[in-house]
Amino acid sequence: MTTLTNGDDLHLSLYRKMFQIRRFEEEAARAYAQSKIGGFLHLYIGQEPIAVGASAALRPDDYVMTTYRDHGLALARGMSPRAAMAELYGKVTGCSKGLGGSMHFFDKEHNMLGGYGIVGGHIPIAVGTAFASKYRGEDRVSMVFFGEGAVSIGDFHEGMSLAALWKLPIVFVCENNEYAMGTPLSRTLSVEDVSLKALAYGMERDRFNSEHVLQVRDRLAEAVARARTNSEPTLVEIRTYRFRGHSMSDPGKYRTKEELEERKKKDVLLRSRVELEEKGHKAALEAIEKEVEDEITDAIRFAEESPEPGPEVLEPTTYAGPFAR
Amino acid sequence: MTVLRFREAVRAAMVEEMERDERVYLVGEEVGHYQGAYKVTEGMLDKFGSRRVIDAPITESGFTGISIGAAMVGLRPIVEYMTWNFSAVAFDQILNNAAKLRQMSGGQLSIPLVLRAPNGSAKQVGSQHSHAMEHFYAHVPGLKVLAPAMPADAKGLLKSAIRDDNPVLFMESETLYGVKGEVPDDPDFIVPLGVASIVREGTDVSIIAWSRMVHVAIEAAAELEKEGISAEIVDLRSLRPLDEETIVKSVTKTHRAVVAHEGWPYGGVGAEIADRIQRLAFDELDAPVLRATTLDVPMPYNARLEQYVIPQASRIIENVHRVLYKS
Ligand SMILES: Cc1ncc(C[n+]2csc(CCOP(=O)(O)OP(=O)(O)O)c2C)c(N)n1
Repeated sequence: MTTLTNGDDLHLSLYRKMFQIRRFEEEAARAYAQSKIGGFLHLYIGQEPIAVGASAALRPDDYVMTTYRDHGLALARGMSPRAAMAELYGKVTGCSKGLGGSMHFFDKEHNMLGGYGIVGGHIPIAVGTAFASKYRGEDRVSMVFFGEGAVSIGDFHEGMSLAALWKLPIVFVCENNEYAMGTPLSRTLSVEDVSLKALAYGMERDRFNSEHVLQVRDRLAEAVARARTNSEPTLVEIRTYRFRGHSMSDPGKYRTKEELEERKKKDVLLRSRVELEEKGHKAALEAIEKEVEDEITDAIRFAEESPEPGPEVLEPTTYAGPFAR
Repeated sequence: MTVLRFREAVRAAMVEEMERDERVYLVGEEVGHYQGAYKVTEGMLDKFGSRRVIDAPITESGFTGISIGAAMVGLRPIVEYMTWNFSAVAFDQILNNAAKLRQMSGGQLSIPLVLRAPNGSAKQVGSQHSHAMEHFYAHVPGLKVLAPAMPADAKGLLKSAIRDDNPVLFMESETLYGVKGEVPDDPDFIVPLGVASIVREGTDVSIIAWSRMVHVAIEAAAELEKEGISAEIVDLRSLRPLDEETIVKSVTKTHRAVVAHEGWPYGGVGAEIADRIQRLAFDELDAPVLRATTLDVPMPYNARLEQYVIPQASRIIENVHRVLYKS
């Protein structure tokens, strides 16, 4: 995952991840419609190249954090579809023992340090993981993802401000999907170029449209290198689009059918598929897709058959160690 | 044993633990070059350098969140706020992240973090600098809340807090920093969390207090003694975990209880303690449990009104008279 080659093998493996995320979420949506999954379910469909491209630019020991729209990043980092699906089902075999749910995927083993429900609140926490790397003299990089909705909140600015002041190895990635819930960009930000915020902190910046998974990987790799070798933060804004509503309960009436259809035509996942097929990888693609379908079917079966957590999980997950009285 | 002021005891705990454990560092506004707004951190920058004693800009939410993140991946931060009143700016980080991350992650993450600051009323600093904030945090599972009254306890409890694998909030009464007391020098001296101490034995009434109110209760008990009333004082030291056992034992002996604390009465820790006593020792009680608290208003600046609003020994005495049916 870390070798920066541009060969078709890499592209195929990134396509596999994107396809896995897409299929995982389509099946999650189906299970949600059948009331097998509760609470909120925010789908990442349309934004897959970002989590997948970013993961390809990182090392396994680098830290990542994101928002409640977290399935994509968790799977991209290597969380098993079983642990992910079981979490959605609220089962004890889930990545967070069924205590976190869709919005709170955690996978410490893969340094996926969480999906967070409060807009922007996780940004300083991610900065803290970068602080720890620098404190210990390690060359790990932290990467934190958030929507453009988070750019207005104080924690975004406090996190950026301190990361720049203390020169911490972190990459701030704004996934600008042009809508914060039902509010379009034009009504959330007075300056629509989010990357300009970096200037106020003396921070490096980058900005591009998500058009290709390898392009996302390459552009983020530059920011990662800056963090790893110079311990300098970067703010990167990536323009993207979500194909579903904000969450499963949102029919998305604030945007037109035409707009959505236009954007779906530019589906980056599909673009990868077309490109790979044109390069003669039809058989490989079909094999990958079959494999992923089996994986997802297995994940659903696993989730359905897994036991629920019992009340005995509550105390040890509330405090570390014994809690007298 | 050495005689130390409360602020020096707090500092000694931090210095010893930072010497012991490289992962422990201190961050906050003015903790380094300025030597601490209340001089608690005097000399620490010289001793440990700017890598471990870190001056932060005015970003309570930012440096609290950063400390949570650093703790999550294995460091053991100590965060100083200028006063607990300003922690409200970081309330989201403390409540929604520090306290909940362990459970949300299914037990994968621990947050070994200490948050400490002066707390409660001082002298005429107005409503936004005077409140006792422990009540807000003691409500929250996932947090531990300490509020010592004596320098030795301050040192021993803070050392325990720094070694604890959970987020621990440490409340230092702003008015106690100059209080002197004998403090053990032994670097292994600690006070365990969740154990109250009896600072004065008595037979007629239990006064349950913490932090500055322990000293006010001592004053009240001396007055009461002149009337022939023998008051026992329980210094809780730790509000979460709460030492139910010592409270119940004391009430079982005296059959009467008054809880004394700073902070508003509505939904405060005093109400929790009154509930526990009626639940666990109902048959022992000869009178309802009463509370001597700050009055139910924001803190006024006017000196006379301020004293009227903060619980004084006289308010504790009044309540003791009432539980003894002497008024
Ligand atoms: C502090 C806070 N306020 C409000 C909300 C409710 N809320 C959840 S998501 C959201 C929109 C966020 O949009 P954006 O940051 O652009 O992320 P996206 O959902 O597009 O990925 C809002 C208002 C919240 N979770 N946290």
